Amino acid sequence: MSAGPTTTTASGTLQRDLSAWKQVFIVGLLFGGAALYVTLVGIVGTLAERAVIDDVVTVGELVLLLSAIGAGYVGALRAPAGAVNKIIGSAIAGLMSGAVLSLLILIGPALDLGEYLPNASRDLYDLISGAEILGVKNTAEMWNGEAFPHTFWFPAVIGTSLGALGGLLSLLPRVARNLILLGVGTLTITGLFAGIMRSPMLQHELTSNAARELFASNGLRMPGVFLVLGVVLLVYLVWVLIEPKRRYDELPKETKEHPAVVIPAGAIALLFVLMLPLGFTGFIPSVIALVALYALMGLGLNITLGLAGLLDLGFVAFFAVGAYTVALLSGTSDVSIAALPFFVTIPIATLAAMGFGLLLGLPILGIRGDYLAIVTLGFGEIIAILARSDLLKPLIGGPAGITGIPKPLASIGIEVGAGSWLSGPNQIYYVSLISMAVIAFIAVRLRDSRLGRAWIAIREDEDVAEALGINLVQTKSLAYMLGAAFAGLGGAVFAMLFGSVQPSSININVSILIVVIIIIGGMGSIPGVVLGAIVVIGLPELFREIAPEYRFLLYGIALILVVRWRPEGLMPSRVGRQEMHAGDTPTEGEGPAPPDRPDAESASASSASGGA
Amino acid sequence: MKTTLRPRRSPSRTETAFEAAVSAFLWAFRILLVLLVVVGSILTISSGKFSVETWVDLIVNGAVQGGIYALIALGYTMVYGIMKMINFAHGEIFMIGIFAGYFTAVFLDEAGFLNANPLTSIISFLLMMLIAATASTLVALAVERVAYRPLRNSPRLVLLISAIGASFFLQYTIAGLFGSGVYRYPTIDILEEDVALPLLSALGLKWIEVVVIVAALLMMALLYLFVMRSRIGTAIRAVSEDKQTAALMGIDVNRAIVTTFAVGAAMAGAAGVLYGTLWGIFFFYSGFIPGIKAFTAAVLGGIGNIPGAMVGGFVLGEAEAIGSLLIFDGLGVPAPGQLKDVIAFTILVMVLVFRPQGILGERLSRSRA
Repeated sequence: MSAGPTTTTASGTLQRDLSAWKQVFIVGLLFGGAALYVTLVGIVGTLAERAVIDDVVTVGELVLLLSAIGAGYVGALRAPAGAVNKIIGSAIAGLMSGAVLSLLILIGPALDLGEYLPNASRDLYDLISGAEILGVKNTAEMWNGEAFPHTFWFPAVIGTSLGALGGLLSLLPRVARNLILLGVGTLTITGLFAGIMRSPMLQHELTSNAARELFASNGLRMPGVFLVLGVVLLVYLVWVLIEPKRRYDELPKETKEHPAVVIPAGAIALLFVLMLPLGFTGFIPSVIALVALYALMGLGLNITLGLAGLLDLGFVAFFAVGAYTVALLSGTSDVSIAALPFFVTIPIATLAAMGFGLLLGLPILGIRGDYLAIVTLGFGEIIAILARSDLLKPLIGGPAGITGIPKPLASIGIEVGAGSWLSGPNQIYYVSLISMAVIAFIAVRLRDSRLGRAWIAIREDEDVAEALGINLVQTKSLAYMLGAAFAGLGGAVFAMLFGSVQPSSININVSILIVVIIIIGGMGSIPGVVLGAIVVIGLPELFREIAPEYRFLLYGIALILVVRWRPEGLMPSRVGRQEMHAGDTPTEGEGPAPPDRPDAESASASSASGGA
Repeated sequence: MKTTLRPRRSPSRTETAFEAAVSAFLWAFRILLVLLVVVGSILTISSGKFSVETWVDLIVNGAVQGGIYALIALGYTMVYGIMKMINFAHGEIFMIGIFAGYFTAVFLDEAGFLNANPLTSIISFLLMMLIAATASTLVALAVERVAYRPLRNSPRLVLLISAIGASFFLQYTIAGLFGSGVYRYPTIDILEEDVALPLLSALGLKWIEVVVIVAALLMMALLYLFVMRSRIGTAIRAVSEDKQTAALMGIDVNRAIVTTFAVGAAMAGAAGVLYGTLWGIFFFYSGFIPGIKAFTAAVLGGIGNIPGAMVGGFVLGEAEAIGSLLIFDGLGVPAPGQLKDVIAFTILVMVLVFRPQGILGERLSRSRA
C-alpha cells in the first residue's frame, strides 16, 4: 500500500523509499491515535468551551487542527527527499491522522461507545464531524447505529488538507516557519487570557472601549487577532533584524555587571515582584498567592531533593504538622488552644515540623534512596489517616478539620477592608515572598558551605561520601529536617490562605505536585522552582474550567517527557545543565547496562546544586 | 556476597554521641512498639468483647485480601529484582485489570451468559481473568516501552520519577475515559453462595473467598514453576543476578526484562478481577493504595524473592485484618477500623528500618546499593 508514486530505479533506493513511506503512515497513525486519545479522554470537549477567536475557533478544535498539521509536518520530515514527495507524504500522514477520527465517527455510534466512554457524546461527534460548520443535522438513525453520520469523511478531508499545510510549513525557510508558529502560539495564549484581561480593562473608561473591540468574554475578536499578529510581526522583525540578545551577550562583562545597570534593573524587578498582585482584581490575587505558596514549598523540597538527593514523597506529612499547628495556635474554633499572632505561630509551626522531621527522619535515613521515597509516602498516608481519624478528633477536629484561622494581619488585630491592597491573598503573597527570600538565602548559603558539599557528595555517591568521613545519618537528617521545616512553613501559610485546615487537603497529591514543580523547573535551581510553580500551579488555576483530572493527567505526561527529553528541567542551574549533558551516553537501552554502579541511585537525578 | 543494607560501621571507628543517641532512640521506639502491640492485644482478648467467629471472619478476610496483595506483589518483586526499580505504576496496572474485567463481565452479563448456569459462570470468570490479564499486560508493555526503556541506564531516581508520571498518567487517563465515578461489578451468583463443603462450612466462607485464595495460590505456583523451570525464567533469574554476565552468556536481556513486566502485569490484571468480584465497587483510584500495600508485602517478604512476596502478601493481609481490632480496640481507640491502613504503612516503615531484607531474605545481586 505504501508503494507511493516514487520513480526510482535502483532497488536499494526503492527499499529505502518504501520504509520511508511506511514511517509516514505510522506517523500519521500515531498522531491520529493522539488525537483520538485527547478526544476520548475529554480534553477536546472541555477545551471546546473556550474560544481562541470568538465564534471562529475553540481551543478544543485547535488541538485537533494542530494534531493534523503536526502529522503533516513530521510526515514530511520522514517522507523521501523531494518537494513533491514531501507534500504527498504530509498529506498522507494528515489523512491517516484524520482517518482515525473518521473511523470513530463511523463505528462509535454503532457500537454505542458513549455508554462506556462518557466523552463520546453527541456533542463530540458533532464537533469532530464538523456538523455545525457544514450545517448538517445528524439524524436519530445515526445514534441508533442504523445510519452513518453523513459527514464522517470530514476529519479525513480536513486532516489531509491540514497535513499538506504542515508539509508546506516544513518546506518554508526557518525564519518564516518560526514566525508562523510564534503567531499561532501567541494568538492561542492571548485568546485564552482574553476573558481575564477583559474584565479589569472594562472597569476603566480609558480602556473599556478597547476591551470591547479586542476581546470577547471568551476569546479574541477579529481586531484583536490583527493587533496580536501585528505585534508579533513587529517583535519578530526587531528580534531578527536588530538581534537584541546577541548584542546583549556581546556586551563586555564590566558593562553588564556595572552598578549603574544592575541596581536599577534589580530595583525594577523587585518593584515588579512587590506590585504584582496589586494590578489585579477578582480571583487572580489568590492564584498569585497560591503560586507563591507552592514556590515556597518547592524551595523547601529543593534542599532535600535537589541538594541531598533524597526523594521525599511524604512532604505533605510536615505540611500537615505546620497547618494544624497554626490552626491550633491561632484559630477561633473549639479545638484551638490559643490565639497567637502570626509572627509567633509561623515560627512555632516551622519548628514543630522540623522536630517531626527529626523524629521521623532518624529511623528511616539509613534506607536506600528509592525505598526512602516509598517510606515517606507511607508517612504521608499515616498522617492523612490520623488527621481524619476519630482517635485525634478531640484534638484536631477529625474530618471536619479546623476553621476560623485568621489572616496574618487579623491575627494581630488589624482589620483590613475587602478592597485594600493588603487584602487576604495579598498578605499571604507577601508572607510567602519573605519566606521564599529567607529559604533562598539559606539554600544558597548552605549550598556553598561544608554541609552543602557534604549533601552533594552523598547525592553523588553515599559509599564514597562515607569513606571521606561524612556522617551519613547526621548529614541526611539535617537535609530532611530542613525540608520538613519548610514544608511546615508552607502548611502554616496554606492554613492562613484558606482560613481552614481539612484532612482532605492533606493529600498525597500535594507531595507529588511539589516534586513535579521541582522536576519541571529544574532540580537545584531556585529560579527553576519559581518557574515550575508558575507553570504547574498558576497556569491551570487560570483555566478553572479544566477539571483537576486533566491537570494530573498533564502532570503525569510532563514528568515522563521531562525526565526523558530534558532531565535538567525548564530552567536548570548552570551546573545542572552541564551535568545532565556531560554524561550523555547512547541510551538506546537495548544493550547491556553500563558497568555496574552499585550507587546509581545515590547519584540520584544528579542535577545540581547551582542556583541562580 | 552478603552485604548489609544499611551503611556498615567500620569497627575501627568509635560511635559518636549522635550515633549513640540515634541507636538509643531506635531501641526506645522498638520497645514502645512491642509494648503497644502486646498490651493492646492482651487487653482486647481479655475484654472478651469479640467472639471466636469474629476472629475467624477477620482471619478469612485477611487471607483473601492477602492473596490479592501477594499477586500484585509478585510484579513489584520481579521487576525490582531485574531492574532495581520500584514500578510505581504497577498499582495502576492492577486497576486496569479491574476495569478490563468489569467491561468483560458487563458484556457477558448483557449477553445473558454470565449467570446462565454454573458452567457459563465459571467460563465467564476465567474469560474475565484472561482478558484482564491481557489488557494489563498490553498496558504494562506500553509503559515499559515509553517510560522505562529509554531510561534504563539512568539513575534510579529518574526512573522512579518517570514511573510516578506513568502512574498519574494511567490513573487520570482512566478517569478521563470512563469518568471518575464509582463502578459496580455485576454479581456472579454462584460465587456469592456459601460454601457447603463438610469441613469448610463451619468457617462460613463464601465461594468467592475460596476462589480468590485458590486462584492466588495456583497462579503463584504456576509463576514459581515458570521462573524456576522454564528457559526464559532461567534467563530472568540470570539477568536479575547480573545483567552484563547474562548478556555475555548470550541471554537476550531485553527479552528477559519485557517478559518480567508482562508476567507481573498478567498477575496484577488477574488479581484485579479477583478484587473486583470480591469487593464489587471500584474506581480509577482503586489501584493506588493496594499498589503501595502490595509493595509493602514485597518488601516484607524480601524484595526480589518470589516465595517472599507470597508470604509477605498473606502476612500483610492478616496483620491488616486482625491488627487494627486486636491492638487498638484494647487501647480504647475509637473506630479502630479507620486505622487499618496505618498498620500496613507502619509495617512498611518498621520492616525497612529494622529488617530491610524482609522475612525470607532478599534475593538481590551485588548491585543492591
